[in-house]
Order: sequence, then structure tokens, then C-alpha cells
Amino acid sequence: MRRYSAFAIAREALRYHSGWERAWRSPAPKKRYDAIVVGAGGHGLATAYYLGKNHGITNVAVLEKGWLGGGNTGRNTTIIRSNYLQDPSAAIYEKARSLYETMSQDLNMNVMFSPRGVIMLAQTEHEVRGYKRTAHANALQGVETEFIGPERVKELVPIINIEGPRYPVLGGLWQARGGTARHDAVAWGYARACSAMGMDIIQNCAVTGIETEGGKVRAVETSKGRIETGKLALVVAGHSSQLAEMAGFRLPIESVTLQALVSEPIKPAMDVVVMANTVHGYMSQSDKGEMVIGGGTDGANNFTQRGSFHHIEETVRALVETFPIISRLKMLRQWGGIVDMTGDRSPILSKTPVGGVYVNCGWGTGGFKAIPGSGWAMAELVAKDAPGALAADFGLERFREGRFIDESVAAGVAH
Amino acid sequence: MLILECPYCGVMADETELAAGGEAHLKREGPGSSDADFEAYLFDRMNPKGVHFERWRHASGCGKWFHAARNTVTLEVYGTYSAQVSEPPKALVTAIKRKVPGWEGWM
Amino acid sequence: MSARLEGYGRLIDRSQRVSFQFNGKRLRGYAGDTLASALMGAGQLVLGRSFKYHRPRGAVASGGEEPNALIGLGRDGRFEPDQRATTTELFDGLEAVSQNHWPSLAFDVGELNTLAARVLPAGFYYKTFMAPRGAWVKIFEPFIRMSAGLGRVPETADADRYEYLYAHYDVVVVGGGVAGLVAARAAAAGGAKVLVLEQSAHWGGRAPVDGGEIDGLAPDNWVKTALEDLEKAPNVTLRNRAMAAGVYDHGYLLAYERVADHTPGDGRPRHRLWRIRAGRIVTATGALERPLAFAGNDVPGVMLASAMRDYLVNWGVAVGQRIVVVTNNDDAYRTALAMQAAGREVAAVLDARERVTGALPDAARAAGIDVREGHAIAEVRGHSRVKSVLAARQKGAGKAGEEIACDAVAMSGGWSPVVHLWSHCGGKLLWDDDAAMFRPDPDRAPTGADGAGFVLTAGAASGALRLDATLADAHAAGKAAAKGAGGKATRKAAPKAVCEPEAAIEPVWIMPAEAGPEKRMKMWLDYQNDVKVSDVQLAAREGYESVEHTKRYTTLGMATDQGKLSNINGLAVLSQALHKPIPETGTTTFRPPYTPISFGAIAGEARGDLFQPLRRTAMHEWHEANGAFWEPVGHWRRPYCYLRGGESHAEAVAREVSNTRENVGLLDASTLGKILVKGPDAGRFLDMMYTNMMSTLPVGKCRYGLMCSENGFLIDDGVVARVGEDEWLCHTTTGGADRIHGHMEEWLQTEWWDWKVYTANLTEQYAQIAVVGPKARQVLQAVGGMDVSKEALPFMQWKDGRLGGLPVRIYRISFSGELSYEIAVDANLGQGLWDRLREAGMGFGMMPYGTEALHVLRAEKGFIMIGDETDGTVIPQDLGLNWALSKKKDDYLGKRAQERSHMADPERWRLVGLETTDSSVLPDGAYIPAHGKNANGQQNTQGRVTSTYYSPTLGRGIAMALIHRGPERMGETVGVPVHDGTGRVVEAKIVETCFYDKEGAKQDV
Repeated sequence: MRRYSAFAIAREALRYHSGWERAWRSPAPKKRYDAIVVGAGGHGLATAYYLGKNHGITNVAVLEKGWLGGGNTGRNTTIIRSNYLQDPSAAIYEKARSLYETMSQDLNMNVMFSPRGVIMLAQTEHEVRGYKRTAHANALQGVETEFIGPERVKELVPIINIEGPRYPVLGGLWQARGGTARHDAVAWGYARACSAMGMDIIQNCAVTGIETEGGKVRAVETSKGRIETGKLALVVAGHSSQLAEMAGFRLPIESVTLQALVSEPIKPAMDVVVMANTVHGYMSQSDKGEMVIGGGTDGANNFTQRGSFHHIEETVRALVETFPIISRLKMLRQWGGIVDMTGDRSPILSKTPVGGVYVNCGWGTGGFKAIPGSGWAMAELVAKDAPGALAADFGLERFREGRFIDESVAAGVAH
Repeated sequence: MLILECPYCGVMADETELAAGGEAHLKREGPGSSDADFEAYLFDRMNPKGVHFERWRHASGCGKWFHAARNTVTLEVYGTYSAQVSEPPKALVTAIKRKVPGWEGWM
Repeated sequence: MSARLEGYGRLIDRSQRVSFQFNGKRLRGYAGDTLASALMGAGQLVLGRSFKYHRPRGAVASGGEEPNALIGLGRDGRFEPDQRATTTELFDGLEAVSQNHWPSLAFDVGELNTLAARVLPAGFYYKTFMAPRGAWVKIFEPFIRMSAGLGRVPETADADRYEYLYAHYDVVVVGGGVAGLVAARAAAAGGAKVLVLEQSAHWGGRAPVDGGEIDGLAPDNWVKTALEDLEKAPNVTLRNRAMAAGVYDHGYLLAYERVADHTPGDGRPRHRLWRIRAGRIVTATGALERPLAFAGNDVPGVMLASAMRDYLVNWGVAVGQRIVVVTNNDDAYRTALAMQAAGREVAAVLDARERVTGALPDAARAAGIDVREGHAIAEVRGHSRVKSVLAARQKGAGKAGEEIACDAVAMSGGWSPVVHLWSHCGGKLLWDDDAAMFRPDPDRAPTGADGAGFVLTAGAASGALRLDATLADAHAAGKAAAKGAGGKATRKAAPKAVCEPEAAIEPVWIMPAEAGPEKRMKMWLDYQNDVKVSDVQLAAREGYESVEHTKRYTTLGMATDQGKLSNINGLAVLSQALHKPIPETGTTTFRPPYTPISFGAIAGEARGDLFQPLRRTAMHEWHEANGAFWEPVGHWRRPYCYLRGGESHAEAVAREVSNTRENVGLLDASTLGKILVKGPDAGRFLDMMYTNMMSTLPVGKCRYGLMCSENGFLIDDGVVARVGEDEWLCHTTTGGADRIHGHMEEWLQTEWWDWKVYTANLTEQYAQIAVVGPKARQVLQAVGGMDVSKEALPFMQWKDGRLGGLPVRIYRISFSGELSYEIAVDANLGQGLWDRLREAGMGFGMMPYGTEALHVLRAEKGFIMIGDETDGTVIPQDLGLNWALSKKKDDYLGKRAQERSHMADPERWRLVGLETTDSSVLPDGAYIPAHGKNANGQQNTQGRVTSTYYSPTLGRGIAMALIHRGPERMGETVGVPVHDGTGRVVEAKIVETCFYDKEGAKQDV
């Protein structure tokens, strides 16, 4: 892999950028791989990357039905934070956040991780108590957060209306090291690094069947032929139930639409990410200047990547009330993604009833921020056929045991 | 922005009046059930890409629950029917089979 | 120099001069102008700066597809960034400023980026700014953010208001051009209820500019008669300034009406958002002309040929004196002919096609225009204004062409149907090789609830570009739409059109075809985002082969015009680079809105006090007038405390608590949920809903009950009163009323539908007032009318009667540990009862108290609060509420779940009281660490504080906490870090949850 740098750009400029090599190869599938990851989104690519980097397994294929990074990785609002309440969540999201800090250097691609800070607004007494609790929990989890008062909120976000007639801002949970990153670059960076390790990223390759023998996986059938493997990681948000069905089991998942939208770009207006759970909306400003906005999920099972407009209205109402100056900005584009919601709204990183098949799904509305941590934990699970500490609590067995990881205390909206 | 016909009040109800209630025709498991059956009842979902039998409530209307057969990919609505049945009406299943070649049928 | 021409300008009224400002300079235009036409009419060609290289730019188009001419409009509460000058109607006093430059439009330091363009190719930022770590956030990112963005940030709240409108139509026709009008006529003739939406202020679309003849009339005149017909039709509604923004599932159509953008401050809502349900939608949205990719195609003065014609015919503005037309199709000759007829000089038509034989080119030749076959522009010269073009052969690399002096260039790369609305909801496209365009595939329309297609396209939007084809297609679409929506298919014929025949287009994606890298670096595809041919080729070279990859890597099509002019050209360049046909290369997804719509319109009237409905109790106004400090609880507001004199909130709460313990307090408890459950099977039903046995509760008595979800978690609690043989009244928490009622209905309707039970949510039917404290009975006796003695109305019983003449029901229940009466009365009598109680209570020192005192009182007694002691993960067993779990019942919701291994685990955290050894108040939500760290390096924990208050009664801090095996550890001391930055750890002793009156003597008197 030829390294990216300012020097490389200058060198290439002299020859009209004719010397750049492909970011990733586009090979035909081999007959067999030591491990196959289905899904070349952020989570799948990160799984492959850490399989190679942490566990030395590089005879790996990542199969992608469409184009890499084209699912939720390329459709989210790019928020990164780890101020979760429950220990297992805080652990994996903080692992992810810390990996984001060094991702650009690690992957030699600028993923523009921008730890500009994330505020979750407290607008009821109940939320105040909830976020204070989270701050206490985070302190013991090694996640740096603090509960801040309304004046500090106003200082950090001058455009906010802290005295909304309906829900005054009573404070907020502030994670200074949270922020945003360039979502596409995360997928591209991992893909480039995987390719450089000799892994095969095979796009436009749909998995159509999973072949097992004696309760263990043997091969996958794909639109590009049969490929053998002994380890199969299903990392396909929005299609998890379908892949599980091919392998012969069901998941505690329903897939719904999560919508997002952006405004036309303006000069810098807001330096931090603000989430307002009581009124269901959140907003940040991209480096391009667009206000990036999201809200809650649609209710019904839906695989169309389209949502219902009244959810957009709800979100925009909340944000116009919270940030009155945006009223005369314009919505440039709205879109939707398919998110997998589990029984306790926390993700699944787990072995499955089929030997050698592992599943990573159910990130719901919060997948992007978890990508590196999720890949790290998933790679360990796949490599060792047993979850490590990060994945240990996210197994499927928790639903049978009633051992939920419930973040609903702290998260009423999608993120 | 879906429209479903509420089989109780007959209104063609806009999605804003409705609340989705997830997969339909789950059999309740109570005390005495096995761990596996209880888990399946509470959590395991078909979540199909295609024909889905599901529960809805006409929440901001007559308040009644009802069932709908809907396609989660095309969003076509094959029909709505009473909440007080434990499986979809046969005529509806037949009609869906006619419309969706290759559909394996209900359960 | 752009200038006004006499005798042209069908849309302007020269008798009405309009004065406006641009960058502080006072200018004049005419009524009917757009801001863009007025500025160009006044000689102002450069209107803005591009996003990345800050290059000077003028308008390239004349409508909503414009990528360059974005301005800041208005001031203060009416300032709007990123407004398109091409769609801004001019009005007297309009103020506009150009964007994205410093210090001025004419001289912009940011233009240095142009010099560095060679090191700033697509995606350069992914490849650098990585070292040293931290520099990205501190140096590079702030710099990029400052130079990106476009418009200025609005500084104040919006001065305007917005509104929603709901509408149902059989057929909505989008587009008020001739195709739309024809389709509307056909649909209306079929009996359909029709709405026609036109985004601009004018009807007729392009036809009056392009010419031809309809039913023997000039298009302008035909439009007039067609409009008259439609206005007369009772089943047709016409709306201009109303853009269809998005098509959503099941025939939902969103339209954006700009009611008062051109008359700001006239009292009308600025925008109106139409939420339409349509049986069928006909998109007569026309087609957009494509630019050609030649070096320097972004220099001000280079413009779409159709736009140049629009400015001339519609607004009487000639963009240049001496123009060059460059094209690959016949339509651009209309511009050449029109400009020449208007007295401008047409220096040449450079036509990329090797043989040009059509009627229009022949007319141009006949008019003496120099038509050069097989020719291209090799390069445009000029910086902020076109000075000349270098002509070259299209086939070849563009060497050594003739220099043609000119001050404007009209370009045409062909036309693309506007397929956005068709595509929003899943309509598919097909590539038409002959016409070099994507057009809707009528066999794969977006489908609705019934599975049938509900969007049809009409005219140019279908790909039928010539006037005769347009009208025939539009008529058929209107006819089919009416039929599809349940009407009839009209038997009337389509209007007859006469127009010039046109020869075939020849696709040209790069001009000249073999241009070298230096030229390709100057061929703009996406003007606003500064994406050039070289960028797309670089993306392809680097493996960003999917069109979505290319788009995201280069930002092609991601500017505020969403690629209306660039997407197809970019796609074609990509497909050439990949050596793949265009349809195999793909097309990007079209997402709403068609052009950007204001957030104000989307939010509608829901602002300020109308943001969300506010629920008020019968005594709300009294609280407001008597010092209430409000706390939002769900959609209610409840008094947190009542402030007196200059006291602090804490002082007020302490006073209210003490007074209630010592004298008597008055609480508005109306927000508590009140659900009536009635019927022969009501008892059986409640036995399933509650963990307790409710069927055995005698009439006249009350019982505290717990509700769990099927998952076993505690979801609500409250007192249940049996008010009749088959009738129970269930109290819920304030936040739980609607949710619990829904929960009951769900189980009744979907699981036990054969049980004979009705429920009714009576929460708002009754006001409920708690009279609480040792003197409560005296107060009620003073009001008079009912025997409220212990004997007549014992603890946990209820009674109906008249109190102070008002019909009431009194419950002897207590959430404070004090003697307490909760009195329910019809809501309309609530204030009356409140007043009577207050009058009677005066002699007993009665004071109202708020929610915080309520919390303190219950915490002193160790009563749990849903949402504090519970958080969705807590089961009754955790809270020591096993006594409320009936052992006699086989089943209740949550029972099976609570048998699961984790829930039955003796290691769970369980509720205890905590007493700080220094009497301080523990912080909310504090955790109690345990020894060591877990496998993820997190401090182990052994519990957490669930409620913590200062108890005025005890004069110390009290708390409840969930602690590992808590009840087995009475008397043990734990350390609670307070995380106040000092590292302080407060010692607390594990005690029972009840801190006050453990025997319960005070409440049962």
C-alpha cells in the first residue's frame, strides 16, 4: 500500500494525479477462506481488519451485496460518543471512541475524527437525575463525562434557546471527547487497509445460502459461486434476520427505518453535537457546513430505506424550537436507513446455534460510533470462537436469561 | 406515510393516527413454559422481507387494535382484519399467494 | 456586459420599477423580475463564489436547478442564507448579499485555492492532515470549516410564521407548463378532482420561450385559454408558487407553497406546507438542460443555452453582446436565433456533431450564423467574465484552435427529464441511448397501498421533448391518471401542436473528446462543489467505482442543487473511465425534497407555546397565580414548589414538607392516572395486570398494586379501589396514565378478547386533591358534609359523599405517611373544591405543596417512585416488594419472566436506605464502587443511589439505593464517591428504607 501524505499529494500533483493506486483491489473470490465476513459496512470491514491486525488471520474475504460502506455506514449522522450508562455498553463504545482517536494514523486515511464534544440536553427533572447518574457511572467506567448547568450549555452552544417556553434546558451531559467523523472514510480506510493485508473485498456479491454439515458451517453460496470457510461472521445490519434464516435460526430483531436529513451549508454556527432526547432530535454541523439532523425511528417493519414524513416534521419541530435560528435554513436532503432493533435495544455479538457462525447485529440507531470497538470485539469472537471481555455480555443467551442491557434510561431517541 | 384501513371504524387511517405493534399471531407463553419457548415468544421474530402479518392500533382514532398483512419491501397492503383471531383469514392468505408468487404462505 | 433589451421581457412590467440592494448597492429592476434577472439587467454578472476554490460565478441557469447564484437574502429576523437568485422574485426593498468570500465579491482571498487546485483534487483531505495527531482538530478542521460553508449564519429567531394545509385529491398534476395543463385538462375531463402545482409564479413553463403552435395558437395564448378553462372547472384547483417537494409512500405528496416570500411582512404566513394524499400523481416536471464539460465552462458568462433564451424572452435581459453557442443538439439553435433576432451578435455555433442538417441549424445558417460542424470549445478565456473561446475539433485533444472573441457562451449538452418525484418512492429509470437520457420506465412505477403504480409522468418529464410529443404524452397521462384514481378516461383528444423537427442529439461528455489532463482539470461538472472531470476520473482510477462512491469521494451532486446539472454528466464521465455503459454504471438515488424547503415550513405552527399541547389541571391557573415554579411532567406541568417571598427553591420545599408533617398540606394530584376497569371479568383481568390479587378486594376498599411488563420489569404502581361489584378504579403514575391504559387495552383486545371488560381513561374527568397532614381531618370537618372519622372512613378505604356541598369521592390513601385524604371531584368543580379546602385550611396553617415536597415526603417513608427506584431494569423483588406478588395466582404479566435465571439470581442489587455518617445529602445517581476492576478495566460497582434528598423532618440527608445483597447488609458502611472534583468519598450506612414513622402510626389514625 502506497502511503497517503501531503508529500504524496504534491508528488502526484506534478503528474496530474495519474499515479494514485486503487484504494482497494477488486478480486474474484477464491475457493476457500479461513474466515468470511458477510457485509462490507464499517462493522464488517473493521471485523476483518482486526482479524488480521490482532489475530493474524488474513486469508479473509469480505462479501458485499452492493457497494462497500453503502448501508448504514454511509447513511448515519456520524456521531461518536461513549457516555453510556451500563458497563458493557460503556466499555465497547469507549473502546470504539478511543480507537477513533487514532484511526486516521492507524489506517493512514484521514477519517476526520473531530472530538468536538457531545451534549445530551436534560430538559426535565427526570432527565437531570438520569444524566447525573450516567456521569457517575461513567466516572467509574473510565469514560470522561460531566453534568453541566444551563449556563455552560449556552456557552458551548450559543445558538441554543435554553429558555424554551415548553422545555427549558436544565443542564446536560457533556462528553468533551465525543464528536463526529467522516463516515465514508471510515469504511474506505478499513477497506484499503484490509486489501493491503491481502484480504479480498468482493463487492456486488450477494450471499444466497449457507451450507452446514453436522451443525457447523462449511461454505456460503453466493452470486459469484460457492466459497468454503470454517468461520462465517454475519455483519449485515438491516438484513440480519435474512442471513440468520439462511443459517437456520431466528434473531430477536425487527428492522425499521431511521431517518436523517441535512440543511444547506452555512458558515460555522455550532461547534458541538447536541442531542435533545425529550423533544426527539439531535443536530451537529458537518465540516461542509450542513446541519446534520436526526430523530427517532419509524415504528413499522420496513426494508425500503424510506420513512414517513411526519417523523421528519417531529424532529425539525424539536430542533427549530431548540435552535430558533435554523428556521430559515432549508432542508437539502432527507434519507433513511434500515436499523435492526433488538429486544433490549442493545447490540448482539454472539456465537449462534450453528458452529462457526457468528453474528454481529442489532446496533439499532447507534452503530456508527461503535464501529472500531465492534470490529475489535467481533474479531476476537471469531478468532477464538469465544467472546472476549468486550463482547461477553452481548451474547444471544441474555434474552433467555433475562439479563438485559437496557440503555433506555439514558437514550430516548435514536443517535 | 402508510394508509391502513381500520377494520373497526372503517376509516382509511393515515400513519399518523396509527401505532405499529410488531409481529402478529404470537402465542403467549406463561408460567410452565420452557425457557426456549418463552424466549421465542418474547423475542424471536420472523422480520421478513416481504409479506408480514403485523399488529397495529388505531391509536389516535377508535383506539382498536387490528391486524394487517403488508409487504415490508413494496409496502403494499394486502388487507387488514380483526385483532381477535389467532391466524389470518384464509381468503386473505389465498389472495396474497396469488399476488406474491413464491411466497411460502402463512407459517 | 449583460443588459436590458427593449421589446423583450414577457414576464416583466416595465411600468413598475422596483428598487433593491445588492451588497449595499442600490439597483433597480422591474416587477416580474427574479433577483437574478434584475442583477443581470443591471449589469451585475458575478453573483457569488464557489464552495471550494472560491471562483467567481454567475448564474448558469434560470430556475431551481441553479448551482451558482446563491445569495443571502433579507436581514435580521428575515435573513435567509443560500437563497437562489434565480427563483427569488424581486420586490421593492429587497436586500441581498453575495456569499462565501472575504473581503469582497470582487476580490476574495479564498480564490488562492484556485492556484492550489492542482494539489487539491477530489478527496485530497482524506490523504493528508493526519500528522501530527491533534492538528486536525486544532488547525486543519477549523480552517476547512471556515472556508467551507456557504451562507452566513442567521443571528435571530425567525420573524415569520408558517402553516400546514391538508388536502385530498384524485389527481395532482405537478408542473404548470403546457404538459401539466394538458394533463390537468384531461384528468379533469375524466371527472377527477384535480390540483395543479406550479413552482414558479408563472404558468406555461418553457413553451412560450421555445415557440411552436398549439391548437393554432402561440403557446402564450394557448396557456391563457387553457388556464381560463381550468379556472372555470369546479373540480380543478390551481396553485402557483407551490412546488411539489417530495413523493412518499401510499400517495403522500408534500408541496411547499411560498406564499409571502415576495411580499415579506404582509401578515400572511411565509410558507405553507401542503400535506396531500393523492390517488394519482402526474409529474409534468419538464426536463433540465445539461451543461457541456469544456475547460473554463464555469467562467461567468457561460450559461445554459435555454437559460440565456429565458433571460432574453422572459425578462428582456441579454447576457452578452457577442455570443458563442456550443451544442450537441438542435435545441441550442433556438438560442442562437433568438439572440441574433434580438440584435446580439452570434459569433459562431460550435456543434460537436460531424454533420448538422436539421431545420433549426438550417434556419441559423440562413440567418447568416457561422455553424461549425464537429467543433468544440477547447477553452474559455476570461476570469470574472468570458473574453473569448478557443475553438477546436471535437475529435481530438483540442489543440491550436481559433480564438473567437465573445462575452458570453450558450451551451447545451442535451436534456434530462426531471425524474426526481418519480424516483422518490421507488420509480425506476431506463437509459434511452438515442435521446442520451435517463427516463422513467413506465413499467416500473412507484407502487401504492394497492400495489398499483401511482405516479405517472407527462411530457418532457417522460422524455417526450418535442412539443407535439409532449402534449400527446401529457394528455395520455392525464387521462390514465383520472381513470386510475377512480374516474373516467376522457374521450377528448389531445391538443394539436406544430413544432420544428429536430435531428438527433449526439452524446458529448467531454469536450474535446481527447482533451488532456490540464484541460480536464478545468472542466466543471458540479459547479458549486467545484468537482471537475479530472476528479471523477481520479475517483474511478482509485477504485471508487460505484457511482455512490464517486459521488461521495468527489462530492459530485452533493451541493445545494443536488446534482441537477451535474449528475448525468458525472455519471457519463465515470462510465467512460470505467469503460462500462452508462446504465451499468448506475444512477444515484433521488431523495426529497426536489429543491430545499425551509425548516420553518416543516415545523409549521408548532413553535413557542404551540410547540406541544400543554395539559392543565383544573387548578393550573391558581398555581400559576400563586408562585408555582413549574416542572414539566409528560405533557403536564406540575408545581415543583410554591415560592413565597424571596425564598429559594430548597427553602420552599423544606417549608412545604415541614408544614405538611406538622400541620396540613394541599396537593393537586389531578395528574395521576385514573382508569376505570369494569365488567364481569374485570377482576380476573386485573389479576393478570397486577402482581397482586385484585379480584378479592372488597367493594369500598383500596389496595396498592404493582404492574409488570411481560418481560418482568416493574412498569407502574398505584392504588386500586374497588368501586363496585364489577368495577375497579386503577390509579397510575402521572406519566403512566396513557401508557398503562394502552397496555390494558392491548392485552384486552389482542389476548383476552373474549373477556367481558371495558376500560376508560378518566384521568381528565376528575380533579383530585390530597389533603395531607395531622390536621387533615380537621380541615375536612371544617369544610363539612361528610363523616371522615377513622371509624367512618378507615385507612385504605373510600367513600362517596358531599363535601362543602360538592359531590366527591374520598380515598383514605397516603403517599406521605401522614393522615391523608385524596378527594376526587368532577374536573369542573376542582377549583371550587380547592378554594373551599383552602378557606377551611386557613385556620390550620394549611399550605399547598409541590412535587418536590411530595418526593421528599415519600422518600422519608421509603415509598418507591416509578422512574427513580425503577428504570426499566428493576423487578419488584429488587425493591423488597415481594409481599405484593401474589402467591395464589398461577399467572400474571411478568410472572414467567421473573422465573428466568438472571431475575431469580440472589446476587441482584436490592433496595435499602442509606444514611450518610456526616448527614450530608448524597448526589443524585451516585454509584457505590466495589473492590477491583472488571475485565474491561472498569471499576466494579456494588450499588447505586436511586433517590436522595435533604429531609427537613430529620434534618439530614437520606437516600435509597439498590445495593448488592443490600437487605442482608444492614448496618454496614459503604463509601460513595461524590465526583465533585475533590475525590471526596462520603460514608453511608445501610439502613432500612423507611426513615420516618416506621410503625406507620401517623397515617392510620
